[in-house]
Amino acid sequence: MTSPKFLWDFLPFFLAGIPVTLEIAFLAMAVALPVAVILAIGRKSPHAFVRWPAGFVIEFFRGSSALVQLFWAFYVLPLLGLSLPPLVCGVLVLGLNEGSYMSEIVRAGLEAVPRGQREAAVALGLPARYRLFRIILPQALPLMVPPFGNELITMLKFTALVSLVTIQDLSFRATLIGDTLGESGPIFGLTIVVYFILALILSGLVRLLEWAVARWAGRHVTAVAAPHGAMLAAAPPSRVPAWALGGAG
Amino acid sequence: MSGFHWDWAFAWSIVPALAQGVVVTVIATAGGSALAFVLGLIWTFVRVAQIRIVTPAVWFFVQFIRGTPLLIQLYFLFYVLPTWGLSVSAFATGVIGLGLFFSAYTAEIYRAGIEDLPPGQWEAALTLGLPVRRAWTGIILPQAIHAVLPMLGNIVVSMFKQTALLSTITVLELLASGMAIGQMTYRFVEPLTLVGAFYFVVSYLSARALRSLETRDEVRA
Repeated sequence: MTSPKFLWDFLPFFLAGIPVTLEIAFLAMAVALPVAVILAIGRKSPHAFVRWPAGFVIEFFRGSSALVQLFWAFYVLPLLGLSLPPLVCGVLVLGLNEGSYMSEIVRAGLEAVPRGQREAAVALGLPARYRLFRIILPQALPLMVPPFGNELITMLKFTALVSLVTIQDLSFRATLIGDTLGESGPIFGLTIVVYFILALILSGLVRLLEWAVARWAGRHVTAVAAPHGAMLAAAPPSRVPAWALGGAG
Repeated sequence: MSGFHWDWAFAWSIVPALAQGVVVTVIATAGGSALAFVLGLIWTFVRVAQIRIVTPAVWFFVQFIRGTPLLIQLYFLFYVLPTWGLSVSAFATGVIGLGLFFSAYTAEIYRAGIEDLPPGQWEAALTLGLPVRRAWTGIILPQAIHAVLPMLGNIVVSMFKQTALLSTITVLELLASGMAIGQMTYRFVEPLTLVGAFYFVVSYLSARALRSLETRDEVRA
């Protein structure tokens, strides 16, 4: 009989899941970003044969459960003759799913730029590339970065699903350790805390990104940094009048 | 495993088994929604009341729930609740998990609804000399909740899709029923496709109905 094992003994194996989880989150985000832009632009296309497929993809991925899509890609696609490695499978499903949601952010960001800006740029005879990179994007991007940041945190949480298709991320390792120890509560408690810490770190990085993009766009940093607070910022003060709080509790 | 062919007879034969899964999925969504609506309102009151220590603690709790995966929260509850002497069924654990997770989002929705009311509503209640309780139950909450109903509806749709996660803690809902059929018959194409189609039809139609009321603002795990 071997000596009894403790959670402590498995810590290195468990923490080795962090790079796996982050890798999947970033790869899926790298898929989601172009997908979001393509879908957002496609959906506004004047041609129905572009608009319809874009709308279909968006509704398809938003309409059903991500876990069902993942299982379908993992169990059914090979039967249809398309065998993808689990990692590709997970990254594609997460990326396409998230991209469909993010297309809404891109659309809102582009629409937030007043029509007159584009018209003025055209009237001034600015070339198309200049219009996009110097007029439209500097105004649209700072608006998109904070919601994109939120989506990065969503993606981090989302990656836990890929543990169910044999990818050895944090969640997968936690399940293995729980089974080995015969006691799963503590390791899952630890797993939740690790995910939360990762989310805090990512939200800090997103704040840096917001600052950098605002600078690129030539804005005052405080103007965009205000509404989307960092995760651990104190609760904003309430606007409910003091008298209404007296007997409510 | 042979090549793919869609077998309609087989697809029809598994519909009754899947329908049982649908019932579990729907009940879980209803129970989870009820819990999320009630808990969210409690979090909102604690938030608004600005009680020392309690309010920051609840605020942190809500942020914590929003910042971590629902899947792991479900695992945690599934393995930890029994050790706390709460021997509840896997299904009840799932409903509690869904309700807790989404309460973090409903709390934010209620708060927005309350804070977006025009200040004149408060002033009118004060001027009329209404008791505090009546001001809340008669004036503020009805208007605030009515204003956020579409967003609460979106929460229900999101939760409906997330119930698939309950399959991981042994709840035999729709996805688990489909997987069980697949493992018994070695046919995954029909069950998983039907499961996906069912989720899609229900959430697409409800989302469409809700979108006519308000823009979507969904929650994912």
